[in-house]
Amino acid sequence: MIVRLPVRYRLAPVAVVAALVVVLPQFFPSAYYYRVGALVFILALAAVGLNLLMGFAGQVSLGHAGFVGIGAYAVAVGPTHLGLPPWLSIVAGAVLSVCVAGAVGRPILRLKGHYLAVATLGFGLLIAIVLTNESAWTGGPDGMSVSRLTLFGWRVSGSVTWYWVAAATLLIGMVLAFNLIDSPTGRALRAIHDSDVAARVLGVDVAYKKLAIFVVSAVYASVAGSYLALFNGHVTPDIAGFLRSVELVAMVVLGGMGSIVGSFVGAAVLVVLPQTFTALHDYEHVALGLAIMAFMIFVRQGIVPAVVRWRTT
Amino acid sequence: MANNVILEVERLSIAFGGVHAVNEVSLAVPAGMVFSIIGPNGAGKTTLFNVISGIYVPQLGCVRLAGEEVTGLSPDRLARRGLSRTFQNLQLFSRMTALENVMVGRHRHESTGILSELLHLPSVSRQNRLTRDAALSALARVGLANDAEQPAGSLAYGALKRLEIARALASEPKLLLLDEPAAGCNPVETRGLEEVIRSIVAEGVTVVLVEHDMRLVMNVSDRIHVLASGRSLAEGTAAEIQSNLAVMEAYLGVDHSRERARAVG
Repeated sequence: MIVRLPVRYRLAPVAVVAALVVVLPQFFPSAYYYRVGALVFILALAAVGLNLLMGFAGQVSLGHAGFVGIGAYAVAVGPTHLGLPPWLSIVAGAVLSVCVAGAVGRPILRLKGHYLAVATLGFGLLIAIVLTNESAWTGGPDGMSVSRLTLFGWRVSGSVTWYWVAAATLLIGMVLAFNLIDSPTGRALRAIHDSDVAARVLGVDVAYKKLAIFVVSAVYASVAGSYLALFNGHVTPDIAGFLRSVELVAMVVLGGMGSIVGSFVGAAVLVVLPQTFTALHDYEHVALGLAIMAFMIFVRQGIVPAVVRWRTT
Repeated sequence: MANNVILEVERLSIAFGGVHAVNEVSLAVPAGMVFSIIGPNGAGKTTLFNVISGIYVPQLGCVRLAGEEVTGLSPDRLARRGLSRTFQNLQLFSRMTALENVMVGRHRHESTGILSELLHLPSVSRQNRLTRDAALSALARVGLANDAEQPAGSLAYGALKRLEIARALASEPKLLLLDEPAAGCNPVETRGLEEVIRSIVAEGVTVVLVEHDMRLVMNVSDRIHVLASGRSLAEGTAAEIQSNLAVMEAYLGVDHSRERARAVG
């Protein structure tokens, strides 16, 4: 269920997240928490983009880590092999993602449901294989190191700095997403989700709209990938792996399909839960799996939509 | 063909796995009237609508809209040429509000690009306002102004039928195909529907109606085309169709229609 707010309150959820971002560090006992926070924001950015595709347009992608990989390797390969500054490499990665998403999306977005899921899965695997095999450029399975980001002479490094940079970018990404939903294209996408055929007879160019949102969501994933690589200072093909794609889908579904804030919450849960479960040692992954299953059984519509419904009834 | 023919179907055929759903059907709909297509279940009425609106591509024959050949064009391109329709089995956007459903109907009149939408430039706010106002007035025309903010999924069946009409109207079609709008409606709702259809035609929109409610068909139609087993059976005014023996046979079977003819005669 998508929550509709009057236009002037459209960005209220973003304000709530912004307040949270500012207040949370007051309770951080150590710099380690900034690191976790930055990781949440970066993955949430990719999840917000994927949610535009899945939650609003209703098109699944099991290969979005492919775009994360493109963005990540752009900031690794760009400065090392091409002499591009890191910031320009982020842009170059995004542009490359637009091109790849445009080329790949055109044929595969004709598919629906399970077929689309498998096709996107294949795309993600393809990117991961290319990153592993092109070792002259990518360093192969061992990956490569990533130089630091410098913006106008300011060296972006350390968990605290990345916490704020990632948060600011996530907030911008959320604002853009909310803007898009409340627009002709946003309405058309939601219409496609509910009835493809009715959208078509009302003049919606369904194939083009699906492609457009696929490209937009690829840019979100690409920027998130670039940030992840710059933040870690190192990148391996795992960043584009199947598990990463599944993780992004899980964040979207867990937080709530069609809820932008939900993608942030979903990312937070899936990043923070494993950290808290480390105390369980060998049973860490069992606990995580059980927690995700419990969420899906008891709050199937997603965390944020469930909370909204509970508050309004 | 004369200029005032808005829709022309010529020797149209489509078969599914050997079953001729529509078989060499030809018809011409003059602009500005209510043209009804009737026939027993399985006569091919909805299939014909699906071909005209671009959902199916015919195997033979052609469709002309306002004199231009449009056979095989996609539904969205036909919509942009002024064709709109409703569905026999409702095709609403159930997770959107009634108002938002109708706002999607305005899509072909909206012109903002995705970049300006991401940035929510003033042109997008202006577009949203225009779309919203037009959608609200379309809702008001079918008597749903008070349900604008209701999720479409929560409306009663009769209201959903009218919501689909409002959504189609919002696109400002030249030609509107209504597929069984009265199905599942009570007599009061059906009379309301009759008023709505009359008001649509009064604005110069041509309506092609597929309907089983014969009282509604006979009341509003300027011309009626009868299909049976995918073929054209007859065409004429309400009075002509009512006294047509072949039509009665198709509907009632041979014996009953003879009896009825004897009783009438």
